[in-house]
Amino acid sequence: MPSTGCFVIMAIHFILIQNRQGKTRLSKWYDPFPDSERRKIKGEVHRLVGSRDYRFQSNFVDYREYRLVYRRYAGLFFCMCVDTQDNELFYLEAIHMFVEILDTFFGNVCELDIVFNFVKVYTALDEVFLDGELEETSKKKVLGRLEEFERAQ
Amino acid sequence: MTSLKSFIKAVRAAKTAADERTVIQKESAKIRTSFRDDRTSHATRRSNVAKLLYLFTLGERTHFGQVECLKLLASPHFTDKRLGYLGTMLLLDENQEVLMLITNSLDNDLLHPNQYVVSLALCTLANIASGSMSRDLFPRVEKLITASNPYLKKKAALCALRIIRRVPELEEMFVEHGKALLTESNHGVLLCGASLAIDMIDNNPVLANDFAEILPGLISTLKTLSTTGYSPTFDVQGVPDPFLQTRLIRLLRAMGQDNQPLSEQMTDILAAIASNTDGAKNVGNAVLYEAVLAIFAIEADSGLRVLGINILGTFLSNKDNNTRYVALNTLLKVVGIEPAAVQRHRATIVECFQDPDISIRRRALELSYALINQSNVRVMVRELLTFMEDCDPEFKPQLVSQIALASERFAPNKRWHIDTLMRTFALAGNHTKENVLSAFILLVIDAPDLQLYAAQKLYRQVRADLSQQGLLIVALWVLGEYCDILLQAGSFNDDEGSVDINESLLVELVENILASPFATQVVQEYAINAAVKFSVRMKGAPEFDRIRRLLGPFAHSLDPELQQRAIEYKVLMVQDKLRRGVFERMPAPEFGEDLETQHAKAMSKALVRRRRRPIAPGAKPAVSEAPVSDLLDLGDSATPVAAPSSDLLADIFGSSPAPTAPSPAPAPAPANPAAKDILDLFGSTPAAPTPAPAASVPPVPSGPPAYSSSHLVLHISGSKESSGVAKLRAVFTATSPVENIVMQVAVPKSQKLALQPLAKPDLAAGESTEQLIKITGPEGAALRLRLRISYVGGGQNIQEQVDYNGLPQGLF
Repeated sequence: MPSTGCFVIMAIHFILIQNRQGKTRLSKWYDPFPDSERRKIKGEVHRLVGSRDYRFQSNFVDYREYRLVYRRYAGLFFCMCVDTQDNELFYLEAIHMFVEILDTFFGNVCELDIVFNFVKVYTALDEVFLDGELEETSKKKVLGRLEEFERAQ
Repeated sequence: MTSLKSFIKAVRAAKTAADERTVIQKESAKIRTSFRDDRTSHATRRSNVAKLLYLFTLGERTHFGQVECLKLLASPHFTDKRLGYLGTMLLLDENQEVLMLITNSLDNDLLHPNQYVVSLALCTLANIASGSMSRDLFPRVEKLITASNPYLKKKAALCALRIIRRVPELEEMFVEHGKALLTESNHGVLLCGASLAIDMIDNNPVLANDFAEILPGLISTLKTLSTTGYSPTFDVQGVPDPFLQTRLIRLLRAMGQDNQPLSEQMTDILAAIASNTDGAKNVGNAVLYEAVLAIFAIEADSGLRVLGINILGTFLSNKDNNTRYVALNTLLKVVGIEPAAVQRHRATIVECFQDPDISIRRRALELSYALINQSNVRVMVRELLTFMEDCDPEFKPQLVSQIALASERFAPNKRWHIDTLMRTFALAGNHTKENVLSAFILLVIDAPDLQLYAAQKLYRQVRADLSQQGLLIVALWVLGEYCDILLQAGSFNDDEGSVDINESLLVELVENILASPFATQVVQEYAINAAVKFSVRMKGAPEFDRIRRLLGPFAHSLDPELQQRAIEYKVLMVQDKLRRGVFERMPAPEFGEDLETQHAKAMSKALVRRRRRPIAPGAKPAVSEAPVSDLLDLGDSATPVAAPSSDLLADIFGSSPAPTAPSPAPAPAPANPAAKDILDLFGSTPAAPTPAPAASVPPVPSGPPAYSSSHLVLHISGSKESSGVAKLRAVFTATSPVENIVMQVAVPKSQKLALQPLAKPDLAAGESTEQLIKITGPEGAALRLRLRISYVGGGQNIQEQVDYNGLPQGLF
């Protein structure tokens, strides 16, 4: 938290995809965190989220002055950092929509798809979220755009 | 050069972390060398940047590649551009100076005939634009926002959002566009338009009136949306576009806040959504939850609010953890607004005590504290005690404090109160605070007809279990003080069977306590005090000897407190008459202090004591209080919370260790002349009178509070200092003791904020403190504050965030 007594009001502060070992597979920062801070956050988020019981605990956990909304898919944690005043259930659905898009795009997506095709994953992310806001709600439309992007190569 | 794929494979194939580092460093060095070569092909450049992005994902340093990304995005080829923009978005942020180098490329690309190139430029602008870029490029964005292509339109809308966040003056350029976006039918455009409008209105509530003309349209869009049947493109598990519904409801919330006429218009649609949305799945609940949030933010009537509470009530019985979590979180916020409606869901809330998720348990507990009242105190306290039987130790300190507070406030009778506290102590381990213990002792002193009862109960409990520190302490005190009554009554029978009692057994109990592993230093202190009191109230000679033997080892204790006390008692043991005077029965206090005011006094006294030290160095003020209070073993005077005990004592002995404390009228002169001797004996000198601490209790502004919880109430008042400068006074009033109050304030980007330090971060119950805030902003603008308040209350760290718009217009 900045010591000036001010903070930025926005929707999503960052998005992380990490595996169970804590390796980050994708990170997107909507707040200008410095490098050292990013590294710290990645570690803290992994320790916090990875240690939670995914069957008996909610998918929300308070982190610093924010709240993390996360979902686990097989060995991957998809994690969003949002304001504590925000609608957590909304972001939970948004994560799921994004994963469904990846799943259709790669055809049963797995961790390796994300590792080797991170450029495509980032493109997909930019089609769904922009400046921390949700941008599109139709999976079909996003998938159409992604295919056109690939064709344009 | 290796390809990206083989680089990733090489990194993954590394057996150890050291191997991995070598692979990465080697490749990183190669990339740098390649960057320096001007003749590298586009394909190699792309591959380099792609590898760089992989390095970024790994968390490696990538700053050396920033310029390379900028070069790549300036290339005419789409493939280059795509990677260049992607790299720029990831490796740079708004604070990097090199960023301004791409302004020109962005400017060109925003006019590019290929919509995918424009899209990339918009995307980059929306994600990382700085203030100066926003100023340079907003006309292009404005153009795209009005273009016919919905794909670019929605991205442009979010660019506009970014631009206004960075440069608030540009807001007015986009108000009309924002309205136009909200009349479109494309879901993506509507969604982004809503986001833009929400941000505008949140930062500048006056705009709600500008948007008022499109409210009927918005409401009918929402209505169609929520009542349409299945539409394959936007359906999520049977709910039609929950994302758009949620965002639009959020927009209604922004508009209806503090706006009675607009709120009235949206009542029906919110009620319709709240009653018709299917809450079986998370999607539906996301919409319902947003509707509830809107209901409590706008000027809703009571009927609508009760509907909102009932939705949260159904959430509570949902088997999904997430739904219960948001329900409790929200109920905590609204329990003050509709207490009766929340009360109806008490049973469900109590059920959450058994939830496997600790954060749900924590919130359910906190909510239940707020729900306790006169009529349900027996039931609720019973539930809390049941929970305490096998709860996580981290909950115990707060549970003890809250049960003590609730039973003090609402106890139907004294016997119940004493019973409840004893049951609590028996479960609390060493998590009981001294102030609760001394409140219990005061309670017993004050109830002559229950002293025997309490002594018998405690005697039985401690004989069965030595492991509960709080229980040990009160038991030792009560047994020491009332052992004569106890012995007179003799062995007793109650519903749990018969208990033998005689002098020897009592002394044995104290011996056992001292020999047990649970005899902490505090317990030892109480134990020797109890033993010495036995010596006055018992008749048997062998017991007297045993007590002397028991004191013996403490004369060599390493702890100075214990040692001093033991030596003093040894002297007293041979001065029979004096000892009887010293250990006379404690008279009932003439004042009834509850836990809250007690704490308040303790805090102010501690303050006096701290200030006094440098003023009167020769007067030994620090020592003068300690022995006296420990003599009556009401607590450890080193901790301020127990200080009222020494106050009590001061009254009894007629001495005045703290004349400045706001203590009640002093008790009558000491009944026993021995009191004087005691003071001599302990060499206690009444401290020199000192000026009272500046009782700076700021007047509390009238009107509804900006924030209120079970611990703290915050009022904010404002005045106009000069044109464009508003001066706000935030006054915190504690309803129960709180510490470490920190308030952070956010204002819209167009305003500047100067926050002065809080006068006093720790408050006792009933105390107030103030913080001054100065805000400079454009004349005529409205004041909207977002407050983040954190403090320690009831032993827990509490952090909350609220929006406050209750300030009058025209402060700038």
